[in-house]
Amino acid sequence: MSEEKKLPRIEIIEKYCKGCHICVEFCPKKVLEMKGFVASVKDLDACIKCMQCELRCPDFAIKVHAE
Amino acid sequence: MSKKVAFMQGNEAAAHGALYAGCKFFAGYPITPSTEVAEVMSAELPKIGGKFIQMEDEIGAMAATIGGSLAGCKSLTATSGPGMSLKQENIGYACIAEVPCVIYNVMRGGPSTGMPTGPSQSDLMSARWGTHGDHATIALTPASVQETYDMMVRAFNLAEKYRMPVHVLPDEIVAHMRERIEFREQGELEVIDRTAPSVPPAEYKPYDPQFGDVPPLAAFGSGYKFHVTGLNKAADGFPTTKANLVQAEEERQIRKVMANVDDIVDFEEYKLDDADICVVAFGSTSRSARYAVNEAREKGVKVGMFRIKTFWPFPDKQIKALAGKVKAFIVPEMNLGMCSLEVERCAQGKAQILGINRVDGEPINPDQILEKMKEVK
Amino acid sequence: MAFDYDKYIRPGKLPHIWCPGCGHGIIMKGLIRAMDTLNLKKEETAIVSGIGCASRLPGYIDCCTLHTAHGRAAAFATGVKMARPEMNVILVGGDGDGTAIGGNHFIHACRRNINMTYIIMNNNIYGMTGGQFSPCTPTGAKASTTPYGNPDPAFDVAKLAIGAGATFVARGTAYHANQIDKLITEAIQHKGFSVVEILDDCPTTYGRRNKFKSVIEMMNRLKDVAVPVKAAEKMSAEQLEGKILTGVLHKVERPEYTEEYAKVIERAGGKK
Repeated sequence: MSEEKKLPRIEIIEKYCKGCHICVEFCPKKVLEMKGFVASVKDLDACIKCMQCELRCPDFAIKVHAE
Repeated sequence: MSKKVAFMQGNEAAAHGALYAGCKFFAGYPITPSTEVAEVMSAELPKIGGKFIQMEDEIGAMAATIGGSLAGCKSLTATSGPGMSLKQENIGYACIAEVPCVIYNVMRGGPSTGMPTGPSQSDLMSARWGTHGDHATIALTPASVQETYDMMVRAFNLAEKYRMPVHVLPDEIVAHMRERIEFREQGELEVIDRTAPSVPPAEYKPYDPQFGDVPPLAAFGSGYKFHVTGLNKAADGFPTTKANLVQAEEERQIRKVMANVDDIVDFEEYKLDDADICVVAFGSTSRSARYAVNEAREKGVKVGMFRIKTFWPFPDKQIKALAGKVKAFIVPEMNLGMCSLEVERCAQGKAQILGINRVDGEPINPDQILEKMKEVK
Repeated sequence: MAFDYDKYIRPGKLPHIWCPGCGHGIIMKGLIRAMDTLNLKKEETAIVSGIGCASRLPGYIDCCTLHTAHGRAAAFATGVKMARPEMNVILVGGDGDGTAIGGNHFIHACRRNINMTYIIMNNNIYGMTGGQFSPCTPTGAKASTTPYGNPDPAFDVAKLAIGAGATFVARGTAYHANQIDKLITEAIQHKGFSVVEILDDCPTTYGRRNKFKSVIEMMNRLKDVAVPVKAAEKMSAEQLEGKILTGVLHKVERPEYTEEYAKVIERAGGKK
């Protein structure tokens, strides 16, 4: 089994993000960070596709595209 | 086939008139002296598959009436003064959101609890200006049991045609007196239904001015989805604070009534052709006025009556024309001068104005009107 | 896969008006997921609200939406539901709207057991008007109209609903985002009046007056106070001190109002 880990694509819709920090704070793997006032991906490799950031984002600003 | 004839109260006739007009939904709250309307509707509506609900309060009753109308039913509520005060909030909602419905308000003594079983004609301004903000008002004032029936049909027609709340304002005397009434046969009176949208759902805008001052109204659950709000809104129904859009919408809502006063305003001119004196009366008071006019005519007094059937919009044009012809207006009313004020506004100083005002729960009798004629200079 | 919220959002209406960190958006997403789970048809679904921040929700959802007067959502919605019992009717609003000015309509909708779902977003404050205390503001808390601490006791919204006769009552929190859609789904499926109270945060007008340093602190409070009903069964009264039960709190069967009225029509001899 040499299956490569398939990375998700985390889409952040910047014009919707209000910079509340919820996604950054509640990501269990610290994948996200704040860049200025908006959320941004810091460490995609660490993502476990738990979808918590998408689920919790109050602003419809995060979509986790994973198979 | 002979017509169905009955002996009944104004309130009962109002309910039957509403049913003739196609009313399918009633939401109310018990209040004297209007309860017979709710009682008849609770018995009659389910017979035709309509719905009756007694709500927890007057505010809720007005709200449910609007909800029922938005879901496509011709809707009615009935109340009296204190209930009217509570309903004002959502009457304003029906105005701004342009939801057809009929408010039947039996006028009793006030302010506050006042005289629950005593007649008055003092909710005229409450109907006109009771809810806050600028808005047009249509209000009808019946003078007999038959007319209450007929006016309910007309009230629904106007509500549906102009997409707005319409008031019917009987005084307690008209509401509770019993008279012979003929039920109208199907097709005898015109029945108007609101204009449904002609565009497919994807293109529908609930306040689209391209369809004129009264845009078509879709019903919830009919395949159309749209937004309704009490906020100032744009043509698409969504809130806006854009000055030009708000101004245009507000003006359209007034214009849809004021540009059609000739269609809306109804009245009766009685023995006015050669009159020097005009009694301006409405509701039960007009019955005393008619008697007084007939008595005075026998004594050679040139007097007639202008009977207001549509109180709002006020018959400005007609009163203005009369002001140039008569010496005086006598305005008997069961309040302290609400109609007089309107007549005065229209007369513009061209004729003397003599009010007869009672707020003691007693009707104005013909003798009082005959006496007042002596004061005409 | 990312969830497609756009399916139920009106094009061009986002971003919404809610403040950074306000949980209303999280709850709206839960509602949309529930609607999707149940495959609710947009044209056959009415979403009705009163006034306040939470009451702006219907404007974003692509259904038949009715943004009414302060506190009146349940009364307007009752009219819609009576006229068209076949429609799905969902009410949304805040704690002030629903339990103060709308309190009468709320308890009577519960009593009638009319088949509608009411989502109360309880952030313990009147947010839109600037943070005045609501019937759900905890005693002692600071609000713009309780500068010396709130002297009023607070309502327990769920208990109020149960006492008034609602036949399904659930409680969740904006922190427990994953649970929101499940509670709402079950509420909509329930025949009768269902109430879902979602404990929420208002960082702007409640948090900053009540020593919450951040949105995260407010979210963590929701996490800490919530105890699932099942877990609570094994806890002592001492352990439950200051905790709030979450999950489905109450579920009973009772005749539903529009069905009862259909029987009235039948008894009166009217056609359906």
